[in-house]
Amino acid sequence: MASLKDLRNRIASVKATQKITKAMQMVAAAKLRRAQTAAEAARPYAKRMESVLGNIASAVSGGPDAPLLLTGTGKDNVHLLLVLTAERGLCGAFNSSIVRLARERATALLAQGKTVKIFCVGRKGYEPLRRQFEKQIVEFVELRANKGVTFADAQAIAEKISGMFQAGEFDVATMFFSRFQSVISQVPTAQQIIPATFTGVAAASGAAATYEYEPDENEILADLLPRNLAVQIFTALLENGASEQGARMSAMDNATRNAGEMIKKQTLTYNRTRQAMITKELIEIISGAEAL
Amino acid sequence: MANFPFELVSPEKLVYSGSVTEVVVPGAEGEFGVLAGHAPFVSVIKPGVLIIKGDGKVQKLFVRGGFAEAGPQGLTVLAETAVPLAELGPGKLAQMIKDAQEDVEDAKDDATRLKRQTVLDALKTTAAAIEADGRTAH
Repeated sequence: MASLKDLRNRIASVKATQKITKAMQMVAAAKLRRAQTAAEAARPYAKRMESVLGNIASAVSGGPDAPLLLTGTGKDNVHLLLVLTAERGLCGAFNSSIVRLARERATALLAQGKTVKIFCVGRKGYEPLRRQFEKQIVEFVELRANKGVTFADAQAIAEKISGMFQAGEFDVATMFFSRFQSVISQVPTAQQIIPATFTGVAAASGAAATYEYEPDENEILADLLPRNLAVQIFTALLENGASEQGARMSAMDNATRNAGEMIKKQTLTYNRTRQAMITKELIEIISGAEAL
Repeated sequence: MANFPFELVSPEKLVYSGSVTEVVVPGAEGEFGVLAGHAPFVSVIKPGVLIIKGDGKVQKLFVRGGFAEAGPQGLTVLAETAVPLAELGPGKLAQMIKDAQEDVEDAKDDATRLKRQTVLDALKTTAAAIEADGRTAH
């Protein structure tokens, strides 16, 4: 049986851990609010971008000189998986669920005989994926030094990707990130970014006015599609940021609660042991006195 | 004069939203003014100064990279950078010009170089215009 001193030490250490998890939870809650506003502030831009692009794309698509970013290369032999994860752990299943989704996709594609290339953003996605797909990882970007995600970060990633696409290094690009739904629910999502897809816009654009374009549609598309790529990545990074903080908050909340339970249990054992020892000492004294 | 809804959006936030009388946008093929009831129109923008006129006030913002969409619902400008001129120090613009200059030098093929040169020229023109504007204002 553990001595009283051991028990006391253990309780003290759990208490210290609880203080840390509690602090992390509060920090995550504060950061979550900021991340959420950032994600919300970015939404109008992405929405407008998509509706305008959807409009132009529906007018142009099918044309012989439509940009490749929109129509794709016509093949799907080489897949690029863009995996967006956090730089830090201790946020529940957040990173691992994104990685799991990407890993499943990669394994499925490899089984079909396709070539897979992986582009990692964030250390926590790179490390587990490296173990299994060392050869497939072509790029790794760390956003660790930066405090918040800025549009410039997304732009740099987008430029790298469109550069690779222009060089014919892949045919289809899919992005893996976690969509923020609420503090307790983040949905790992796979979204195809090249060739560009516009969900739900085609139906809405039917009624829209016919626009005049300056310069012509194809030139606008050539200018806007790379921008759209950056916007999509930016939105995903922000959603990811909010999801990460949400996941960390609930993970730390759980940890704090577990620590509380452990403290209660250990305190009970401590008190029981203490009382048992007192009783034992009393018995020893009394029986000693009686023997006289 | 009739007013119309106008929105200026950057990826980070909604910069301006409100009812205005006129907006002058630096389009890729020349500046254009938008009044209420403009025909449906989409144009790419070049780096330059966007002027918002409404309620007797005039606001000037530096915008870069994006496009403008005029439609039945009013005018929407999407710009990657949108900063009020007052907040844009001369140093920042000079830095942008320097970066653009380097981009031109780094360009690998003629098409890219031409595109980047256009950006650089537009930035230089804007810088000159802002400076001239600043001098007359004082």
